Amino acid sequence: MTAPPDRGFGGFVATARSHGHLVVQPRMGFGSRARMRVGLERTKQAQGVTVGTITLDSYTRVGDFAAARAAVGGNSPLNGYPLLAHGAEATRALLDGVQDESFPVQVRHGSARPQAVFAELVAAGVHATEGGPVSYCLPYSRTPLRESVRHWAQSCELLASAGGPDVVPHLESFGGCMLGQLCPPGLLVALSVLEGLFFTQHGLRSISLSYAQQTSTEQDMEALAALHRLAAEELPPDVRWHSVLYAYMGLYPSTARGAERLLRSAASLAVRAGAARLIVKTTAEAHRIPTIAENVAALELAAHTAAQARPDEPGAPRDESGGGVYAEARALVHAVRELHPDLGTALARAFARGLLDIPFCLHPDNQGRTRSLIDDQGRLRWSSTGGLPLPGTAPQPAARAMTSAGLLESLTFVQRAYDS
Amino acid sequence: MGGTVLVSGTSSDAHTWNLIYVHLFLEERGYTVHNLGSCVPDDLLVRSCRELRPDLVVLSSVNGHGFTDGLRAIRTIREQRDVRHVPVVIGGKLGTDGLRNAGCTRRLLNAGFDAVFDNGDLGAFELFLNRHRTAAA
Repeated sequence: MTAPPDRGFGGFVATARSHGHLVVQPRMGFGSRARMRVGLERTKQAQGVTVGTITLDSYTRVGDFAAARAAVGGNSPLNGYPLLAHGAEATRALLDGVQDESFPVQVRHGSARPQAVFAELVAAGVHATEGGPVSYCLPYSRTPLRESVRHWAQSCELLASAGGPDVVPHLESFGGCMLGQLCPPGLLVALSVLEGLFFTQHGLRSISLSYAQQTSTEQDMEALAALHRLAAEELPPDVRWHSVLYAYMGLYPSTARGAERLLRSAASLAVRAGAARLIVKTTAEAHRIPTIAENVAALELAAHTAAQARPDEPGAPRDESGGGVYAEARALVHAVRELHPDLGTALARAFARGLLDIPFCLHPDNQGRTRSLIDDQGRLRWSSTGGLPLPGTAPQPAARAMTSAGLLESLTFVQRAYDS
Repeated sequence: MGGTVLVSGTSSDAHTWNLIYVHLFLEERGYTVHNLGSCVPDDLLVRSCRELRPDLVVLSSVNGHGFTDGLRAIRTIREQRDVRHVPVVIGGKLGTDGLRNAGCTRRLLNAGFDAVFDNGDLGAFELFLNRHRTAAA
């Protein structure tokens, strides 16, 4: 390797992985700087290989900085850290002595117009963040996709130029989540890879690709294998990347026992499938924003579970059951790349034509002609594929209209399975 | 029969499953539903009330900012001469701490909500719909 050492987020995860450790990370953000500092310190001290998270509040996420400032001034509770209201200088002070080579910190935000957030986090001395032009636009905003693509291109370039001599800026695609549940894995894997490609077109050289745990461990194993294979095929060779698994992002079990079982299954899935990093969920997830102690308990449970798990033997093809996650994801990625050499243009065109189409997504730029279901094996499948260019898809019977009861049953599938 | 319902997320809330669920729930009870989706700014909400003239507005929020965002939205609606009389309800998970908060519910009602369904109380919502329907008939 001729690349210089990377003492940033991506380099840290790569080193941990080379020593056989799964990196575990919380979702954590508080309105108060003092509490945020304690949260980072406790994350750093947790038993396990951890990285820190500053999750921003949702006023900052939508660009309503005045509301975030008003909440800080009035001591109103916020659901995350108001980066712009506190500002770079105060945030730098908050991070001083916590963030270092052994404990990189990532800002998680959820914005389709992230330029101001990126500028502020870079000014605060943070070089790792996440999101993407599709994954933080369609599910989470009203911003037109073409605008989000432009905002994200600028933001990627801003972040890419911000590294130090030995810190490579890192960006994670949130494309493996898409509404958290009921999106079939082939599309999740494709979006993660496509957003990763978009990041590299805009200058980033250290990225991560995500996948969110779904309804079937076997299918999730296939999906992570597909993600690794497709990323290796599609990403430029000079780009360093790793995969990150999100513990289940849908309706979480409401019992502590169910929540812990689901987290343990995510941790062993991550290790078995060879993911480098896991973002945890806590026992409080179904009820409220978790405390620092609940986050630390989740990190330690995940790290402990991971330490006992072993990667599956490589090479065993996992698609015998006909899931075909890799084939689906590959067909989607290739169909999009053929539309235009510029990934941003290609992504906007693909959604306009329905070549990418996220089930149950209400955004005006999403065609909304696809639907999904959970089959009797517990796997996520398409019930209508709309205009998706999927391989070998037989003509499908028109899907039965989704009822509110049917939707609730699907949305609570994992919750019920783990609570019972 | 049912009438027209405007379903909307609150200004800072990106969640949509709650909106999709409420949408289907209302359709099954005979209502025509217009779903504005997530992160709806107050001016879009007011404009939609003006254009659609709905029989009911349902705000749903689960991100913990529901009390704050709901309070601002209802005050804005009640200030508009032409749409101030539209019935508006709010439900979901309205605070960050997951606790029932009678004080906050009372403030939302005092500010002009016709009903508040904290912690997603669907039974109470259905009762409200039935009463509302009877009253409108």
